[in-house]
Amino acid sequence: MSNFVGKRMIRNEDPRLLTGQALFVDDVQIPGMLHAAFLRSDYPHARIRSIDTSAAARHPGVAAVFTAQDMGSFWQPGPLLVPAPHSIEGLIFNKRTQIPMAKDKVRHQGEAMAVVIAESRYVAEDALVDIVVDLEPLEAVTDLERALAPGSPLVHDDLPSNLASFVRQRKGDYEAARQQADLVISRRLVIDRGVAGALENRGVVAAWDPKQAQMTIWATTQAPIGFRNIVAAALGLSEHQVRVIAPFLGGGFGPKIMLSQPEEVLLTWATKKLGRPIKWIEDRQENFLATTQERSQIHDVEIAVTGDGRVLGLKDVFIHDTGAYNPYALTVPLNTQTHTMGPYEIPNFHTEYTVVFTNKMIVTPVRGAGRPQGVFVMERMLDAAARELKIDPVEIRRRNLIPAGAFPKAQGIIGQDFTELVYDSGNYPATLEKAVTMIGYDRFVREEQPRLRATGRSVGIGVVCFTESTGVGPYEGARITVEASGDVSLATGIGTQGQGHFTSFAQLVAEQLGVDPRRVHVVTGDTSQFHWGAGTFASRGATVAGNAINGAAGRVRAKILKLASQVLDTPEPELELVDGCVRVADIPEKFIGLGELAVLANPMRGAVKTGTEPGLEATDYFGPPFGATASGTVAMIVEVDTETMMVEIKRYVIAHDCGTVINPLIVDGQIHGGVALGIGNAYYEKLAYDESGQLLSGTLTDYLMPRATDVPRIEIGHLSTPSPLNPLGTKGVGEAGAIPTPSCFVQAVENALAGRKIEILELPLSPNRLYELLHEGQEA
Amino acid sequence: MSDLVKIAVAVNGARHECSVEPRLLLVDFLRHELGLTGTHVGCEHGVCGTCTILFDGEPMRSCLIFAVQANGHEIRTVEGLGTIENLHPLQQAFWEAHAAQCGFCTPGMLMTLVPFVENQAHPPEEEIREALAGNLCRCTGYQHIVDAVKLAAQRLHQSEAPLGDGEVQP
Amino acid sequence: MKPAPFDYFAPATVDGALSLLREHGSAAKVLAGGQSLVPAMNFRLAQPAILIDLNNIPDLAYIRPAGDGGLALGAMTRDSSAEHSSLVAERAPLIPAVMPFVAYPAIRNRGTVGGALAHADPSGQLPAVAVALSARCRVRSKARERWVPADEFFVGFFATALDHDELLVEVQIPPLPPESGWGYRQVERQVGAGALVGVAAVVTLDRQRRCANSRIVLLSVGEGPVRAARAAASLAGQAPSPEAIAAAADLAARSDIDPGGDIHASPAFRRHLAAVLTRQALTDAFGRASKEPAPSSRSGGAPSAARGELR
Repeated sequence: MSNFVGKRMIRNEDPRLLTGQALFVDDVQIPGMLHAAFLRSDYPHARIRSIDTSAAARHPGVAAVFTAQDMGSFWQPGPLLVPAPHSIEGLIFNKRTQIPMAKDKVRHQGEAMAVVIAESRYVAEDALVDIVVDLEPLEAVTDLERALAPGSPLVHDDLPSNLASFVRQRKGDYEAARQQADLVISRRLVIDRGVAGALENRGVVAAWDPKQAQMTIWATTQAPIGFRNIVAAALGLSEHQVRVIAPFLGGGFGPKIMLSQPEEVLLTWATKKLGRPIKWIEDRQENFLATTQERSQIHDVEIAVTGDGRVLGLKDVFIHDTGAYNPYALTVPLNTQTHTMGPYEIPNFHTEYTVVFTNKMIVTPVRGAGRPQGVFVMERMLDAAARELKIDPVEIRRRNLIPAGAFPKAQGIIGQDFTELVYDSGNYPATLEKAVTMIGYDRFVREEQPRLRATGRSVGIGVVCFTESTGVGPYEGARITVEASGDVSLATGIGTQGQGHFTSFAQLVAEQLGVDPRRVHVVTGDTSQFHWGAGTFASRGATVAGNAINGAAGRVRAKILKLASQVLDTPEPELELVDGCVRVADIPEKFIGLGELAVLANPMRGAVKTGTEPGLEATDYFGPPFGATASGTVAMIVEVDTETMMVEIKRYVIAHDCGTVINPLIVDGQIHGGVALGIGNAYYEKLAYDESGQLLSGTLTDYLMPRATDVPRIEIGHLSTPSPLNPLGTKGVGEAGAIPTPSCFVQAVENALAGRKIEILELPLSPNRLYELLHEGQEA
Repeated sequence: MSDLVKIAVAVNGARHECSVEPRLLLVDFLRHELGLTGTHVGCEHGVCGTCTILFDGEPMRSCLIFAVQANGHEIRTVEGLGTIENLHPLQQAFWEAHAAQCGFCTPGMLMTLVPFVENQAHPPEEEIREALAGNLCRCTGYQHIVDAVKLAAQRLHQSEAPLGDGEVQP
Repeated sequence: MKPAPFDYFAPATVDGALSLLREHGSAAKVLAGGQSLVPAMNFRLAQPAILIDLNNIPDLAYIRPAGDGGLALGAMTRDSSAEHSSLVAERAPLIPAVMPFVAYPAIRNRGTVGGALAHADPSGQLPAVAVALSARCRVRSKARERWVPADEFFVGFFATALDHDELLVEVQIPPLPPESGWGYRQVERQVGAGALVGVAAVVTLDRQRRCANSRIVLLSVGEGPVRAARAAASLAGQAPSPEAIAAAADLAARSDIDPGGDIHASPAFRRHLAAVLTRQALTDAFGRASKEPAPSSRSGGAPSAARGELR
């Protein structure tokens, strides 16, 4: 029985956040601090003939202006942030990492060409106007297929084409399976770009202290340790001379893990050069242009099925857009590959993709990180098969789900952590049935839908199943210390962007040490407190850091018991940790407080035995052999107003399995947030470009994110198949809502419009797009 | 260069006299001149709601008002709503309902909602969502925020004591 | 996104503002609510050298009954004041009907009626409402005062009949004739987003319950508020049957407008919506006209068609 794990505990961090007393990067104020503003290209593709910054440098209040030229030998392309999957046979990977400043040409709209450092952001923006840039616009590469056509303009002139990468993976033999099929269906699916849209834009404060020879950086980063290491290397400093602090972050959702060469690394060089702290805070306009984004792919898919709807094989050939550079290697399309089969038994699977460079912003993961696209592929093909075979969409899914006893299930292809995709545990049929029951599927399809349709209303239902790889390696670590006060401090390397780590992690410690979680003080994301780890991404915080914390807490517990056993002269099995004390079971008056014990463990004088470690402190690390697979089923009922093309989600149900749950309140919140983003990706959010590659939807007026009136009440049903891969049994949940929602929305809308016989093979939708789909072939 | 303008502004009950450039946005004045960093900047075009404060008691976007325009007026920010030791019932309700995740949109949400909850004891869900529609949140999906508003409205109009810290009723 | 520098004036009287306008002419921009101007300045799309702030002129903010039984609104009347005023609800219910569609409450707390009219956004609700209600705009300069009918006030894309040295100080709305009704319908992608298309309709019936007069004004379909003149003409003298209304709506969509396209809606989709919404707005308007004298509706405005219950 657990005391704290599994409790709906309200959060430790909230009072500070709720009263405006939490530090975000833009809140940092240092005497003498200067402010940066970047001159960014209006053109997606252009040659830089000249840049003259002399007038800007003379602008009153300006401390310096830098271009690529001014950076001298410091200017070089950044490192690869994620390795390429060299274990995949036949991999082609043309590395072109992000550069700190455009040199001879700009490769995406918003690419930095110069930076002004001035007394205030206002003045810095004034001085940008004084920079004279002579740009020769070039034809931009914007269409994924034309990018590979002969004669296409080249994003990177030193490459023979815009081919960035090629990956092919095979499980079984699709061609043979195809021969056996009763039905082969092919479709083309197109998914378009969207942004993460965190409410807090990116920012960094870099402060070089020459007297201490210390660089202190506050940054909106999801990977402070990697940031530190790269900056130290770039500046020729020892890693211990660089401290990166990720304070409270106003949302991450992926792009804040991308270490940015122009804004983050360059400004550390600049602060060292100028000897004054520099702050850069991104504005919303910059965010649309210069923060990484994701989702754009074109899939040509073929599914081979038997007459009763069982999938014999699937072949998916897709093009993936990486934008102007590929510093994040292949994480996103690898995720697409590993999430196409989903919870279904797919004995033969051929998946290959070509990655192209385009003159758009760099692609790195955005909540979902390539998984939504994989789910879209499978779910649309199952729906197409169901329609042709006249099988109910839920029934065709039932017939193909991997059964409950089949775990661990190796899936034969390699994923973003470079290991073979293996599903650790799950119960996909139970998840499907739960969602189907919660939404009242049978009654809706048999009674409500026909009744409402008879009155002229277009209502539809969708049911979509998905898996979700989480908790991937490499590892994370944690250090736990009992302090003299009896409070406990915990430090871990990952950062926090709202997931409640200050609470869920405290619950883990409290569980092992018997302290009040309110007395566990958590530090995340400060490299001076903990400097080993990879970062917050891929829904791995609770699982990977959580298990490291659990391990460290276990070690501290062991130390406590050992010392207390001596102090209380009682065998360890008779001791219990309760209410911040160690006490003898059945003799409550015989106890010692943890704080007092901690003091005893750290003598100020005298001798200690060889091998003694001071204090009640332990560090532990955890790295899983591969990621834990969460899963779920989403069901949705929608109504389409066929006059106005407006879609309303009437009901939203999700049955979700993320193994052991540390804090259900936090898990629910994560699901809600992911669902809202998924609704955005389904119906509201699209980065629209004109023919020359200029972004048309670069403000929040044009790029619509879901509001409270756009998100329905979300009904969650929890299931739990603990993961055998870690002692806690946890799986991640951060991206759960975002992954299946667009697919389910499309299925439900198509179902609502079943009488019109349209098929929806794209994302995102919009009222305008629905109008076009319904009126294709009619009046122009 | 334009001349500085003298202003006198009451913020959270305290009077401030400063000289500012006319173009200084009110949100930047609050955050950087007065050090009240609880109000956040999200978009600088009035769409996200993160910068919302109370201007003479009414929610307004501080990114769309110049500091000079606040001369002679009363501003209330999240720092004036409650303290860690003494939370406003709306803040307490947000806490209990897990209505904040990253917390960045939260101050703007709170200031937008204060007049709303003070005026209604049992607002229906649809009205709450409409009242929130001017404030973007990317983390919560809004559901727990709606729950918090219901809880706060109920309490404000019944003088019920809060549940106290610890567990939330499911 | 910080604005460029400017010189700032905050006159306390209308006369003071007019003197400044005369002195600075086209170098100056008037700052009313700022909810449209300040975003443009933050983007540096607008960089006025001089800003004349009207917010310290109490004489410009008022809601008064007019002698003819209509309404007079000072230009600096906040959107939210007009939205919640019982006098406005009684005498110009079309205004509180459209207000919930204007951005968000926090924007309406600061934005002004006069500012919206002077900004002349083709997607703006208030310009269309002003035209639908046959409003008159009172315009003053240092030299003179004149009245401009709403029909003549909006001259193009974000352009009005105001000269550089002129200030809109008041908008007067005549009373609705007896046997009149109004309707407003729009489609927006989400609450507070711009209308893809909006239609404001004001109709008056004759003794035989036929249409004596109608003004049908569309927004987001052209360079400013667009009157569906042919549609209105087709209704004159007709009994407002569903068929007649549908025919008028089709006419409005096919012949009275030439909508442009953008990332949210193609011209064809706008035309389609124009027909749907005109039909709905006219149905609402004639429905109201047929009832007894208009009850004062607290919050008018038809909700977007999609927000309904699944029963």
